[in-house]
Amino acid sequence: MWTEGSSAVTDWLHHLLILPILLPLAVAAVLIPINERDRTVKGAIGFGSTLVVFILSMILMRFAASGTASLPGSGVYQLGNWPAPFGIVLVLDRLSALMLCLTSGLALAAQAYSMARWHTAGHHFHSLFQLLLAGLNGAFLTGDLFNLFVFFEMMLAASYGLLLHGSGPIRVKAGLHYVAVNLAASSLFLIGVSLIYGTTGTLNMADLATKIAAIDAQDRTFVEMGAAILGVAFLVKAGMWPLSFWLPTAYAAATPPVAGIFAILTKVGIYVIMRLHLLVFGTTAGASSGFGQDWLVTGGMLTIAFGAIGVLASQAMGRLAGYSVLVSSGTLLAAIGLGHGGMLAGALFYLVSSTLTIAAFFLLIELVERGRDAGADVLAVTMEAYGDFDEDEEEEEVGVAIPGTMAVLGLCFCLCALLLAGLPPFSGFIAKFALISGLFDAPAADLAAATSVADWIYVALLILSGLAAMIAMNRIGIRTFWASIEGTIPRVVVIEITPVIVLLAACIFLSLQAGPAMRYMQATADDLLAPLTLSDRVLSAPRAGSN
Amino acid sequence: MELILAGGIGTLTASGVYLLLRPRTYQVIIGLSLLSFAVNLFIFGMGRLRVNAPPILEPGGAGDLARFTDPVPQALVLTAIVIGFAMTALFLVVLLASRGFTGTDHVDGREQRGD
Repeated sequence: MWTEGSSAVTDWLHHLLILPILLPLAVAAVLIPINERDRTVKGAIGFGSTLVVFILSMILMRFAASGTASLPGSGVYQLGNWPAPFGIVLVLDRLSALMLCLTSGLALAAQAYSMARWHTAGHHFHSLFQLLLAGLNGAFLTGDLFNLFVFFEMMLAASYGLLLHGSGPIRVKAGLHYVAVNLAASSLFLIGVSLIYGTTGTLNMADLATKIAAIDAQDRTFVEMGAAILGVAFLVKAGMWPLSFWLPTAYAAATPPVAGIFAILTKVGIYVIMRLHLLVFGTTAGASSGFGQDWLVTGGMLTIAFGAIGVLASQAMGRLAGYSVLVSSGTLLAAIGLGHGGMLAGALFYLVSSTLTIAAFFLLIELVERGRDAGADVLAVTMEAYGDFDEDEEEEEVGVAIPGTMAVLGLCFCLCALLLAGLPPFSGFIAKFALISGLFDAPAADLAAATSVADWIYVALLILSGLAAMIAMNRIGIRTFWASIEGTIPRVVVIEITPVIVLLAACIFLSLQAGPAMRYMQATADDLLAPLTLSDRVLSAPRAGSN
Repeated sequence: MELILAGGIGTLTASGVYLLLRPRTYQVIIGLSLLSFAVNLFIFGMGRLRVNAPPILEPGGAGDLARFTDPVPQALVLTAIVIGFAMTALFLVVLLASRGFTGTDHVDGREQRGD
């Protein structure tokens, strides 16, 4: 009860769980009435809020890492104090804590970056950003399917606004397609959710996992149908081929800080698929066990292939980054689908590493391309004829421009290339290595029996997609940094390059601390592979005040 | 009743999908609206169709399943309607912005040859 000192602290700690949603929501509301001319103030408040959320996620991750027992309220937060499955719950486990950390880390970088110039391009940037954060955090924390829909829509609504930030015909056109595709996907989401509710009578994910095995054959068809339709909605978000044609255009059209945070949006789709697939259709699902795996494998592999071809064919860096998002999505989807328990830890490591890399790359692109003509890459050969301009022109400007701009940008670009292609010694390589080694370590007791043809194709695609990224990055890098055709050195301020460096440093840190990181991922994977433990935890969580 | 509802949902979905695939932004928005109507009816139908069965318990009355209908889908429909409405309004703004920038209501922002 509240009277006891130690229990009061626990109660207070318990509310940490909902703060990553409530804080950005409240801050977004506070930011709206502030005059647009006080952008710095808005930015500072927004950044402060994100920083608090980041620290909170770190604390939650510490709790999650030391096991579920140490979590406040054993990691289950009952909204309205109704026990699951009747009330809506927020559930924290290792996976959601990891995603929270990743999201707020990216958000910090993107927000700092935006404060240099991009938040002046339109209205309410920081409010929308906070709303996006609230939606993302909610989607990662919720343990209820319909609640997931609400947070998804919140996140999407904010992302529509953010994609259109800066306006202009290209963004509006990309935004129109993006909104239409996502609205249609939301309809599918609702159909899937209601089919599942109509047959199982529950929307609680943990409850669903316990009920799935006992469903009779007639209803099972409907549940699986519902899950498949639901899956399509998430696959649209995750960008699985052939549901992904909107993605490269939309991401390339977005302003850099927005594209940076959008790197996590596809991962929301991946996260939900990973969570639902392993929770509901895991080993304990009876006849539905492993439902849809083949689709994930096939779709994921086609996505890798499509993404890799796209990477090779891209002339502009923005599109290259967009297709890299697809490669990353495909790799993860196929890894989930292949169903080897040993791969899961590698997949999670890959998720973190590739998201950080791609976000850093999106932020870097605009800095590199700044001051160049549009379509300069396409015309590179023709432009050679015009000769070099005076290279030191921009150096005389006063301000906090960083010295040795091209050297710093070049180094960052090199790191991005190494990480994207998965070359040693950085985290991209470790991630792919963990994926492949997990694939061959798999004991026969796993869902898929032994190493099959699909596994070999996956390995080949994984390596070839790395090669494609390497070739494409080399080509663009040589054209940008070695052949100084345009001659103008972009003016980059400290606040813009720091987020890029920090994100890349996080990748390097991940490579250096690969041991502890992999242990955390392995523990997360073990959690995911034992779905009924989570169900027990959620369904048996006591109501607050009744302990 | 089931037949009418099923037919209604089917017609709305078919019209919605057809319009969604048309090249004019206005057709797309109407298509999306029809689709969301169909989805709302579908969610409602998933609570099973019942006549004369309120979703709210009467004070003092027993919670007899035979006399009450499932309230959850009705609550879900309300949420879905509100969200769908907001999204349609947002789409309308983007549509108008696109019209303003490109001077055409084609979804690609330019007329296709032969249209």
